Amino acid sequence: MDAKDILGLPKSFPVTQEKKSRPQKEPQRKPDGISREVYALTGGMAPLMPTVEVSHLKRRPAAGKEKITWQWLPFTSSARSDNLQLYHWVRVVNGVPPTGDYQFAKYNKSVEVLKYTDEEYEKHLTDPMWTKEETDQLFYMCEHYDLRFIIIADRFPTSRTIEELKSRYYYVSRALLIARAPSAADVANHPLVKDHYNMAHEVERKRALSAVLSRTKQQELRDAEILSEAKRIMESRMASKGTESVDLPDDQTNIEITEKGTRGDSPSPSSNMHPLSSAAPTAAIPEGSSTPASLRMLRLYLRTHALDQMVQAASSSAGPRTIKRVEQTLSDLGVHIKPKVPTKAVCAEHLELRKEILTLFNLQKQLQNKEAEVSATRDTSYAEPPGTPKRQYRGDIDRPFSPEAIGFGGERLGKRDHKRRPPGRFGDAPPSPPQSKRPRKLKASDG
Amino acid sequence: MGQTKRLKDVEICFPIVYGTISFWLGKKASEYNSHKWTVYVRGATNEDLGVIVKRAIFQLHPSFNNPTRVVESPPFELSESGWGEFEIAITLFFHSDVCDKQLDLYHQLKLYPEEDNGPQSTKKPVVVETYDEIVFSDPSEAFFLRVQNHPAAIVPRIHAGLNLPAPGPQEFIPEKKRGDTKDHPLGQWFMNFSEADELLKLAAARQQVQAHIGKLRRQLSMIDGPPQSSKAPFGQ
Repeated sequence: MDAKDILGLPKSFPVTQEKKSRPQKEPQRKPDGISREVYALTGGMAPLMPTVEVSHLKRRPAAGKEKITWQWLPFTSSARSDNLQLYHWVRVVNGVPPTGDYQFAKYNKSVEVLKYTDEEYEKHLTDPMWTKEETDQLFYMCEHYDLRFIIIADRFPTSRTIEELKSRYYYVSRALLIARAPSAADVANHPLVKDHYNMAHEVERKRALSAVLSRTKQQELRDAEILSEAKRIMESRMASKGTESVDLPDDQTNIEITEKGTRGDSPSPSSNMHPLSSAAPTAAIPEGSSTPASLRMLRLYLRTHALDQMVQAASSSAGPRTIKRVEQTLSDLGVHIKPKVPTKAVCAEHLELRKEILTLFNLQKQLQNKEAEVSATRDTSYAEPPGTPKRQYRGDIDRPFSPEAIGFGGERLGKRDHKRRPPGRFGDAPPSPPQSKRPRKLKASDG
Repeated sequence: MGQTKRLKDVEICFPIVYGTISFWLGKKASEYNSHKWTVYVRGATNEDLGVIVKRAIFQLHPSFNNPTRVVESPPFELSESGWGEFEIAITLFFHSDVCDKQLDLYHQLKLYPEEDNGPQSTKKPVVVETYDEIVFSDPSEAFFLRVQNHPAAIVPRIHAGLNLPAPGPQEFIPEKKRGDTKDHPLGQWFMNFSEADELLKLAAARQQVQAHIGKLRRQLSMIDGPPQSSKAPFGQ
């Protein structure tokens, strides 16, 4: 009696049986085409390199059965009408030379040029610009030179342009087709009828092409620049649709502020720190825009905080890039990005200046858009001669105020800006040469 | 309480300057005491700020002994020595009739001069000052009356509609005080903040921008052909 008896378990579990029941590892079958040694190395893993069985490859053509020779033999071509006997080397297989037509004869195509009778000419084909003799000559040459109009134009006795020749030829062919067809519907799908030759368009197309091809590298660069600029403008216009609406009400206040005279009450009785404050115009602040109500509610605030809030409110519609540009412009103008003496009047003026700069940017944007439109229509029509310089005043638009133009700009600032950009043009007389080009250019595109 | 009566839409403004002046100790400099500096809040015209400020707390770097320094009377300043630059937080507390809120100012202590200002010298201190204005809106009547003739304050002309008792002659007795900073030993280093210069610069800048705007408007209208009424209403 053992433990199994006590537990009432069956006794029949011989140890040997367990050994036998271990699953036999089935060796994977070696695929064909791989040598045993290689297979043993990979151990049944997928091979790193694809292996191709030799038997799967294309059989080498049974060489040696054919006897190939090359022979100098005469040949005839159906493309020739003069029975000229020519010779060439021919590949001869097993001594049998190839028969049949010359293999390139099929490429000898000729154009079927329509013929017209005198009656037909009188009825359908008269043209005040063309005599019958000229037309006859044209059709003879069209047939003779297989519509190679460049050659025709070259040989044509009277001076006609390629486009004129083409136009006449296609007009006549078309008129003949329509006249001869039983009904207009029968020839409606004929290529000559469906797409008639547009001489004006062809002339313009070639002119435009030559304009494009004759551009200099600089012009191309400038165009690419303008295009990317236009793209940027379009994107920013999409992004800040709202800014335009902001700038309009500003305009009124701008004017109002600048025309404000000196206010009656002096700012402080102790004006030893404002040595000029009685002479300097103290801008009155429009009541509504003086201080944010939220700050007034506090009963106590710092002037700089109020300014920060108002600057933020004023530029809320502008993106971070635009705000950066405003600040760049401020420093170009020699104005501190944050006023050093933020009195009420200074803050108000500062705020107005920022608003005006935003207005300026909007106007620049509008102008650039307008110019993009104008140049877009000009580019499609190619009405402008290719040599006309395009938008040399771009630098002006981007940074209207260069530090050099401003007398009191900080030296540090001026130095820094020197490195970044060549001297701006703002200091020139107002109608600086590039700007004065505009009206002329516009006229060119209008005409 | 009459003190709680508030003047609507009136703002009283106190121009202040806060900053630091630091002297290099030169030969006397040691590793941890290279500079002697003073942080202060003063009236922009060096008038006594004690008229509004009751107390100023300067919060120094925690490595100082007792980094929270309380100054209970004007002038609100503090001198220390050290070797490192850090941001000093200045908290102003006002008299009860002025405002029950406090005001925080932050100033970066500067000991070492900018490179382009020449080498460090014991004669010429490094001065960094910030101008700002403390604005009290809707002040209490009592406060208004108390400071309306004070030289540190910018007080608007009161509207006729507001009926205020005439300020008594006793309101402003210039008792002997040392609260102002007019004869301050460091006074020669105080910076001059000229509103007029700033206004002139701004006016010039605005003129340029406006000229440019006008030019752009003309160019735009040239492209547009006949000017539309909505586009250029100012005839620029």
